[in-house]
Amino acid sequence: METIKALRIPIGDWVEAIVDFILINFQPLLDAIAAAIGFVSESFENTLLWIHPLILTALLVLLSLWRVGWRFAIFAAVSLFVIMGMNLWQETVSTMALVVAASFVALILGFPVGIAMAKSDTVEAVVRPILDFMQTMPPFVYLIPAAMFFGLGKVPGTIATVIFAMPPSVRLTNLGIRQVSHENVEAGLAFGCTDRQLLMKVQLPLALPSIMAGVNQTIMLALSMVVIASMIGAGGLGNTVLTGIQRLNIGLGFEGGLGVVIVAIMLDRITQSFGHIGQGESLFRRLMRTLRGHPAAGEEKGEEHARTT
Amino acid sequence: MAKTKLVVNEVYKIFGPRPQEAYDLIEQGKSKDEIFEETGMTVGVQDASFEVYEGEVFVVMGLSGSGKSTMVRMLNRLIEPTFGKIEIDGHDIVKMSKEELIQLRRREMAMVFQSFALMPHQTVIDNAAFGLEVAGVDRETRYERALKSLDAVGLKANAHSYPDELSGGMKQRVGLARALSNDPSIMLMDEAFSALDPLIRTEMQDELLRLQSESQRTVIFITHDLDEAMRIGDRIAVMEDGRIVQIGTPEEIVTKPADEYVSSFFKGVDVTQVFTAGDIARKQQLTVIERPGSDLNSAIQAMRGKDRDVAIVLDKHQHYEGMVSASSLAEAKNGDGKIQSAFLKDVEPVTGDMGLSDVLHQVANSAYPIPVLDGNKKYIGAISKTALLQTLDRAS
Ligand SMILES: Nc1ncnc2c1ncn2[C@@H]1O[C@H](COP(=O)(O)OP(=O)(O)OP(=O)(O)O)[C@@H](O)[C@H]1O
Ligand SMILES: [Mg+2]
Repeated sequence: METIKALRIPIGDWVEAIVDFILINFQPLLDAIAAAIGFVSESFENTLLWIHPLILTALLVLLSLWRVGWRFAIFAAVSLFVIMGMNLWQETVSTMALVVAASFVALILGFPVGIAMAKSDTVEAVVRPILDFMQTMPPFVYLIPAAMFFGLGKVPGTIATVIFAMPPSVRLTNLGIRQVSHENVEAGLAFGCTDRQLLMKVQLPLALPSIMAGVNQTIMLALSMVVIASMIGAGGLGNTVLTGIQRLNIGLGFEGGLGVVIVAIMLDRITQSFGHIGQGESLFRRLMRTLRGHPAAGEEKGEEHARTT
Repeated sequence: MAKTKLVVNEVYKIFGPRPQEAYDLIEQGKSKDEIFEETGMTVGVQDASFEVYEGEVFVVMGLSGSGKSTMVRMLNRLIEPTFGKIEIDGHDIVKMSKEELIQLRRREMAMVFQSFALMPHQTVIDNAAFGLEVAGVDRETRYERALKSLDAVGLKANAHSYPDELSGGMKQRVGLARALSNDPSIMLMDEAFSALDPLIRTEMQDELLRLQSESQRTVIFITHDLDEAMRIGDRIAVMEDGRIVQIGTPEEIVTKPADEYVSSFFKGVDVTQVFTAGDIARKQQLTVIERPGSDLNSAIQAMRGKDRDVAIVLDKHQHYEGMVSASSLAEAKNGDGKIQSAFLKDVEPVTGDMGLSDVLHQVANSAYPIPVLDGNKKYIGAISKTALLQTLDRAS
């Protein structure tokens, strides 16, 4: 036992050394990243806060009505008024903005990686263990380097969230593209697609349900991370929950938690609704059809049956 | 003989990392199974050589795993041939650069797939225009051409539906229209009708034959179904374990099978039993479509123009109405002027599924060709005395 203790491998020290090294030598790069991320998250937050609460509520309710249905629209309206009633509007919008900004960055980074993985088995073999590693690390762990490199506040909060939330979109983009039916890919090639056309016209559209499932998961992970990220000053509803815990104020903690749940349900249902393209007649399709003045499909199908049987 | 469109010369496809090794084993006479056991590599196609003529329907037939799909995919290089030469109009496609290959696929060849392989997110017309879109044809032109090919397969009315709103048969019509839109000189069809139920399947075979009669494309058609091969093939190549064991006309394949494997396709069947009336019915007779309002004169005109003695009268859904001769038409013209009164009384149509032996007597004793109909009274073709004699002659 003594010898084993004496043999201690100083991984912690090494990591510290690496972090120091990066801090000293890559300061301009870190600043640039911080500026870019800061710009994205602040733009989202400022825009959302700039819109009058009632108008934003109306927009969200309309979006729910269009994508999900009238029942969910009523739920959205009630929930958003509850949030206003709890005086948590600003925190909620701040959280939404952080989630949307972090997801946005995660997706921008995640899609190309996912596509590259789908195109090359080597890339997949390299990236897959990294993704596994990223997903099995407890989320708190991301806070430490983020805070070390970028200090406290929204920027490190967003960055930690980006890293934590990215894996599903990478994975599901890769999976979605690989799952596209072999014959569809062959059809694309047989009609003379270039690699790029194959991706844009066949693989991505057919992988869309899977990609959207990845987007949905990324957003959900971002939301769960946002609460944790409030520990390094990311603010928003997470802060409310954290304050509630620190002061043992059950009421405040519950209100913050309720806000998070409402945001979660809304983001979940709305993003999920974009994954159903190609499965049955969506409202959008019906709208397009009506606009073009073509009859519904059912009638024509019935006619064909009468003819062939 | 027609012009040669496609030449396949000693083509091999070996799936695996060291094809030369497998090739040497093939040279030593090892079988596909032995090679797989020794090296783990699969011989997809070995030593395939054949020619396809312009405008012919060339069927490749064989059991599952015999290499049919591999063969057809090498023709547009969806699968890279391991060795050998494939020439289209005299150009070796194996040597083509990627860019040239893409141009070839856009201009010369189109493919129809077993599972249709339509794009579910696009409407029927966008699917039909897919090849043109990829080739960069502007929207107006490509819609125009797509609509024309949809019209050719009878789906114009569904142009703005989505594929999941169509039945299987309709989906494959879209697949066919997509191929036609590019106006290819070669169509590759890999078990294109195998996923359809039997009734729709024959309907689609007729559709293909009809399209062929309108504009003669070179069709390479894969199937594992003997009936289908006999129906639509001008010539048939039979594949076994990656080798082509016989190439010939349907009659040759049936009457002079090269080996046990080929004859096993029709085991236990005597040749006259193999053929049904539908098999030897040919659409060589003149047909006249009877539309409400059209009169005798159009039929008389058509017959005079083509210098034929008899014509088959169909309604616009291809249903059989009757057979007329030049003299019966002339008589009716002087009579009540109705085409119905010109129908020849002693001509009785038969159905396509009747055995050849059952209709022998009738054909032999009739002064006219005997019309053959399907179960829905649709016209399949007619059997003339000459066609019958030829078939019997080959059979014996
Ligand atoms: N990508 C591949 N890798 C390895 N072996 C393959 C590959 N594709 C086909 N094969 C093998 O090549 C042989 C021929 O297959 P192919 O798909 O051409 O047969 P087929 O005649 O089309 O059969 P089916 O009627 O089942 O479609 C089979 O033994 C198959 O296992
Ligand atoms: Mg096959």
